[in-house]
Amino acid sequence: MKIPYYPGCTLNTVAKGFDTSARHSAVLLGFELKDLDQWNCCGAAFPLTPDNVMGLTAPAKVLSNARKEGDTVTTLCSVCYNVLKRTNKVVRDDKEKRAVINGFIEEEYDGSLNVIHFLEVLRDKIGFDNVKKAVKRPLKGIKAGAYYGCMLLRPFEDMGIDNAEAPTIFEDLLKSLGCEPVEFPNKIECCGAHLAMGNEDVVTKLSGNVLSSAKNKGAEIIVTSCPLCQYNLEKSQQRLAEGAGNLQMPILYFTQLLGLALGQDEGSLGLDKNLFDVRPVLKGKGV
Amino acid sequence: MQIKLGKENLHSEFVKLIERISGEELANCYQCGNCTGGCPVSYAMDFGPREIIRLLQLGQEDVVKKANSMWLCVGCLQCYCRCPKGVSAAKILEALRQITLRKGEDHEAIKEVPFPFLKNAPQQAIVCGFRKFVS
Ligand code: SF4
Ligand code: SF4
Ligand code: SF4
Ligand code: SF4
Repeated sequence: MKIPYYPGCTLNTVAKGFDTSARHSAVLLGFELKDLDQWNCCGAAFPLTPDNVMGLTAPAKVLSNARKEGDTVTTLCSVCYNVLKRTNKVVRDDKEKRAVINGFIEEEYDGSLNVIHFLEVLRDKIGFDNVKKAVKRPLKGIKAGAYYGCMLLRPFEDMGIDNAEAPTIFEDLLKSLGCEPVEFPNKIECCGAHLAMGNEDVVTKLSGNVLSSAKNKGAEIIVTSCPLCQYNLEKSQQRLAEGAGNLQMPILYFTQLLGLALGQDEGSLGLDKNLFDVRPVLKGKGV
Repeated sequence: MQIKLGKENLHSEFVKLIERISGEELANCYQCGNCTGGCPVSYAMDFGPREIIRLLQLGQEDVVKKANSMWLCVGCLQCYCRCPKGVSAAKILEALRQITLRKGEDHEAIKEVPFPFLKNAPQQAIVCGFRKFVS
């Protein structure tokens, strides 16, 4: 099985490990992530005001190109997923906007693509039971906090990947890998997002809340599906370490953990790029 | 704070513009405060999302424009998800930003964004930051 895949700009550069660990995991699970022949940046923010049709043209171009390669596209970054899925809905349901967008991008796209997150591929196309069967190195006893953030879940009526207030898709995956998922209050709260540009204090506070919330519930690592969450949670720890706290909490992409459990070579997972190394935690548990 | 109320600010052009750009009807908000309760940055805002909407209902253009609230909103949509009336404070705050940006007034000077950030941050942070803060 080949699934058309939209990497997005961040996974092509600073979050390379997120990308490679997913590709290798896919192969170990018996399918292939096939890069779209043509793609561009999605714009990284779904325009919140409905009058901003211009902001929909870049993601619509991605969708239109993807449709030429099949009826489904998958992506890994929560933000790409959010922008593509919401834009797709607008093109599908709003004829007037569809006409304006198509006129601008010079395409005839109708919104018939199915945009799914890689987590949904694992849950719905492969099945967590089958993921579990493919595990070579169970991550026994690792207490992992599943951090959803915002963009994977909200707004619920557009995203629909899981319950917006009490999601479990991440925890279900973690269980299939042998981890012990840790429930923590801030798992769907924002990390501070783009305020990383120009307002680090707020990011440190928000990400700090996420980190301490997870830590207080016993998490030893945090797992995410968003490169910006990953960056904010790491950088905030660095800034906090200069002040009061010193957490040293590894922040991993869920695919890095998946890759580890499936027995991928550690060198191909991008673990060295993470600020806080997960390997001592694994070692401590005899994994 | 002293607020002058009058027909002219209750039905001001500015309020109409906000409603047109955001697609939200300000009168739908009944001031329960769920949005502010769920908003992760309300602690740092001059006025939380509920207050911003109230001030707009009362036509307080100048107060709202001067407040830092719109630039602190991260667009996390907790306000909207928890609003019993289906009002999106996120859209209203984005409309406020858009009104400034569409006039060509930047909130962040690109020249002043620190180089280490541009070099190390995920592209999405830079792209998103530019879209929210730069015209
Ligand atoms: S969300 Fe980001 S990383 Fe994803 S493509 Fe869009 S801008 Fe790039
Ligand atoms: S948690 Fe932060 S970076 Fe992640 S999706 Fe939300 S805003 Fe984005
Ligand atoms: S939650 Fe909705 S109704 Fe309540 S104050 Fe906020 S916007 Fe108004
Ligand atoms: S979208 Fe903005 S106003 Fe709404 S909860 Fe998030 S930060 Fe607060």
